Amino acid sequence: MSEPARPYTLVAELTYRCPLRCVYCSNPLDYGRHRDELDTETWLRVLGEAEELGVVQLNLTGGEPLVRDDLEAIIAEARRLDLYTNLITSGIPLRRERLARFRELGLDNVQISIQDTDAAGSERIAGRRSFDRKLLIAGWVKELGFPLTLNTVLHRENLDHVADIVALAEQLGADRLELANTQYLGWALPNRAALLPTQAQLTRAREVAAEARRRLRGRMEVLFVTPDYYTDLPKACMDGWGRRFIVLSPHGLVLPCHAAHSLPGLHFDSVKEKRLAEIWVDSAGFNAFRGEDWMPEPCRSCERRATDFGGCRCQAFHLTGNAAATDPTCHLSPDHGLIETARRTAAAATPAPFIYRTARRAG
Amino acid sequence: MISTESRPRLAAKARLRFDRKSSRYMLLYPERGLVLNPTAADVLQRCDGLRTVGSIVEELAQQYGHEVPAVAREVMTFLQTMTDRGLVHAEV
Repeated sequence: MSEPARPYTLVAELTYRCPLRCVYCSNPLDYGRHRDELDTETWLRVLGEAEELGVVQLNLTGGEPLVRDDLEAIIAEARRLDLYTNLITSGIPLRRERLARFRELGLDNVQISIQDTDAAGSERIAGRRSFDRKLLIAGWVKELGFPLTLNTVLHRENLDHVADIVALAEQLGADRLELANTQYLGWALPNRAALLPTQAQLTRAREVAAEARRRLRGRMEVLFVTPDYYTDLPKACMDGWGRRFIVLSPHGLVLPCHAAHSLPGLHFDSVKEKRLAEIWVDSAGFNAFRGEDWMPEPCRSCERRATDFGGCRCQAFHLTGNAAATDPTCHLSPDHGLIETARRTAAAATPAPFIYRTARRAG
Repeated sequence: MISTESRPRLAAKARLRFDRKSSRYMLLYPERGLVLNPTAADVLQRCDGLRTVGSIVEELAQQYGHEVPAVAREVMTFLQTMTDRGLVHAEV
């Protein structure tokens, strides 16, 4: 195989610890088993290796990155390397002085998640009180001169509130609003029956978002990510496996996406043992689904194969048991019936109770 | 709308960075980046909120040895696109 292209973005999952218990958390179900988070020195080394390899964007995420007390050192090093650094946070364990310090150290952007437009709806998703605190912290972000991204994960309980979410984002002075429908992986898959919206909900919400995008053009960027369960075409997950993104897990595994280590039979390397450049080029896990050689039909001869790269490998595995299958969200997939059944269930269902994220659940 | 009197500046979320791999400037913003051609980079490096579009055009016309009207058309179209994308703010 030819040398892979450079990566552009390092997604630094600094920890799986988090004060929230969101029912759609993308962390692995067995996250409680993973211990021994990387130390500061290793993170700083890896940032340099990532920049050397071509990375220009750094997302500091988790879990909740604020629970690490070395975030200051990480931000300072990222700035020294001239990486564009985005802190993706619940905002919960944060003092104003600490946020001001991040500004001095050169943090570029703060992204805060809002679960819904009121305290009760938010707490139902996050499993604890957090809403008022988030609004307060979003205010600090703007007061301190940061650009603010507001992110809301959409599902059947808040999809009808998109107009109110837009209004809240405007009120908070957000520079960017990400309305991202739930991806049914991690904790969202066991909660799918409770979260998957109906087609009618989705169509209305998409229209509201499109109108907001036109009205707010040049002032607030409004993104709306449609759930692939309703597009009949797969997403170009991570812009293709091992093409542009590196995800580094809290304990050091270098991954093409944050769920890749849930795929059996793939070997991923750790930054504790190897340099990032070597892993990016040679890792068996990265090379497993690069290019087109791995593709089955109908992907192999499909004219969209260089557009969607066969979709999401994790979704293929978690729905069909085969990570090398065509993503079942594709209407050409032999397993597309699984998606159609989920959609029919969503249209008919009385929603199921939520399973909250917890470290005690067996993986 | 962008006019020759506008004083454009980069949006708070956007930052220029020279990229060694491509030997080009990039405009970085949350989760995205644009690889800039040399002219686009020359324009954005001058978007400091102080210079007017008119003065940016004159500087570049002189630097490239091109006619002012042609440079003006190119610069205005580019800055309008960047303004619509929320990456440049133009104060009149």
